[in-house]
Amino acid sequence: MDNVLEVKNLTMNFGGIKALDRVSLEIKKNQIVALIGPNGAGKTTLFNCLTGIYTPNAGDIMVQPPQGKARRINGMKINHITELGLARTFQNIRLFGGMTVLENVMIGRHCRTRAGIAGAIFRPNSTRTEENDIVDQSYSILEYIGLTMYVNDLARNLPYGAQRRLEIARALACDPQILLLDEPAAGMNPQETGELEQLIVRLWRERHLSVLLIEHDMKLVMNLAQNIFVLDYGEEIARGTPQEITQNPAVIKAYLGVETNAEIN
Amino acid sequence: MKLAEEFKKSFFVALWFMLLTFPIMVVQVNTIENVVIWRWHNIILSGLGSFLLSFCWQLFLRRKGHSTPAAQASASRLQHLMAEPRLYRPALIILALFALIFPFVFSHYQVNIMTTALIYVMLGLGLNIEVGLAGLLDLGYVAFYAVGAYSYALLNYHFGLGFWTALPVGALLAAFSGILVGFPVLRLRGDYLAIVTLAFAEIIRLVLENWNAFSFGPSGISNIPRPGFFGMALTPEQSAIYMYFLLIVLCLLTIFVIRRLQYSRIGRAWVALREDELACQAMGIDKTKAKLTAFALGATWAGMAGVLFAAKTTFINPASFTFLESAMILAIVVLGGMGSIPGVIIAALALILLPEYLRVFSDYRMILFGAALIMMMIFRPQGILADMRKKYEFHKMKDSRIN
Repeated sequence: MDNVLEVKNLTMNFGGIKALDRVSLEIKKNQIVALIGPNGAGKTTLFNCLTGIYTPNAGDIMVQPPQGKARRINGMKINHITELGLARTFQNIRLFGGMTVLENVMIGRHCRTRAGIAGAIFRPNSTRTEENDIVDQSYSILEYIGLTMYVNDLARNLPYGAQRRLEIARALACDPQILLLDEPAAGMNPQETGELEQLIVRLWRERHLSVLLIEHDMKLVMNLAQNIFVLDYGEEIARGTPQEITQNPAVIKAYLGVETNAEIN
Repeated sequence: MKLAEEFKKSFFVALWFMLLTFPIMVVQVNTIENVVIWRWHNIILSGLGSFLLSFCWQLFLRRKGHSTPAAQASASRLQHLMAEPRLYRPALIILALFALIFPFVFSHYQVNIMTTALIYVMLGLGLNIEVGLAGLLDLGYVAFYAVGAYSYALLNYHFGLGFWTALPVGALLAAFSGILVGFPVLRLRGDYLAIVTLAFAEIIRLVLENWNAFSFGPSGISNIPRPGFFGMALTPEQSAIYMYFLLIVLCLLTIFVIRRLQYSRIGRAWVALREDELACQAMGIDKTKAKLTAFALGATWAGMAGVLFAAKTTFINPASFTFLESAMILAIVVLGGMGSIPGVIIAALALILLPEYLRVFSDYRMILFGAALIMMMIFRPQGILADMRKKYEFHKMKDSRIN
């Protein structure tokens, strides 16, 4: 199986509202997949099911770790899912504002390191090496993303675009195989969006990551995605390559409300 | 312009106060001669007083509003100065020397209150783990303190356990009770957590007060032995000095351990938990583990402080473990600055020692305390010394942002 993530017939109800109705989705290794749809279509709900914040009512989410058998992650604890290699960013930035930029990234290394209370107090050589590694690795991630000029600044004092990129840096520190980006370009100006696009391409090309992207910026989606899934009212209404999606009448209808020949963006 | 406005405002405040205080300050009824005495001079005093107070208050507020960035800069300059090794090293040496000669220079009474203050330093630093680092608002911290104190008293009474055995046992029992409270409150945060911990502390206190067969009720336990010094018999004065040095050593140990924890993997996880619970889990931190370790470790120090308290006073009863104590320890952490070790130490010493030295004003202690708290929250909400995050140095860095 070369799918790193497989979602089958995922259903999520909130009371009587079906936020997700038998949604299926696959991500192959080293593939950039976009998830689009009008507001309230259930994109973020799907993200929250994937990352363990919600437990879906029905369906399967299967993750293929680099080694070993595929795992069903429905209802798993959030931190265990992160350990399996899914790391996310948030639509509304959720950085640790009172910590420095470097510390934010160091937190990402938490699930890949082991030192406990005794290690912290007695600080044996193993802990010391681990701690130095955490700092070095975190710093090189900041170098990679281009945030080293802020290394010791508090995260809350960063400019908006840098905060968005720091969220990605923090997720990268978890050593993910799939990066889940929830509207990473929201509120960015065209130049920042362009930089973000380059960054995602680099992650895909150099770090061989799979990326699942929720985004409203259609230009970004069309440039990046190799495969697009479209949700509307919790149902999957289309899937395919960017070309197929732009010509799909159901998608045009969902976005514009009437059937026309207008192209999306 | 601004001045005139403030003048006007203060004038109305004064007028309002004169009206409010009129019945109690001016009118006095003499029931023996059935006459009313009008003390008109009092109204002038209250008017003048409230006018001046209001005027000063507004002046302070305006100054705060105007020069916030400058004030912050000066505050951080102070902290930068403190981070300068050339300055803080000699300061630390002087402090250490002072601590060393303190019990031989000052009286028995002074040594005793300093020992009490040091117990509160330990308590403050312990609660700092829960509130300052992990952001778990615990209003029932005194419960763990009680667990420590009673475990020494009872173990000694029934089994004749000595101080040195009771110290780790009390710490362990307190840690265990920390985990016990931790479990049911894992899902709670903020105010809900505060209420549950408050209730837990009240339960512990009520059990101690009412379960006579177990804890001897309100009459408490007396004749708890002081810590032994290699089997030598100590006079009360010597014992107080011994106790003082014991606490100095234990406080240093506390500072050492908490400093190490603060900048470790666990400590960072706590701060992340404080900053954003959901994001911290999404970054792979086990919330359950982080919360329980914070509770357990915070409680450990309270347990040790409890054993020391029992050994110092040689008598304990439930009256020592009321909510007021929890509030006091919390005030120490908040005033000192959440998460800041030197801040908490200064606040603990100030809050415990000042009332002792200002016995003259003991009637007004609570008023002054309340006023000080309000002033702090308005003018310096981050505490005496705000927590500064650790800065890392990188040799490859081109621009040197680190100073």
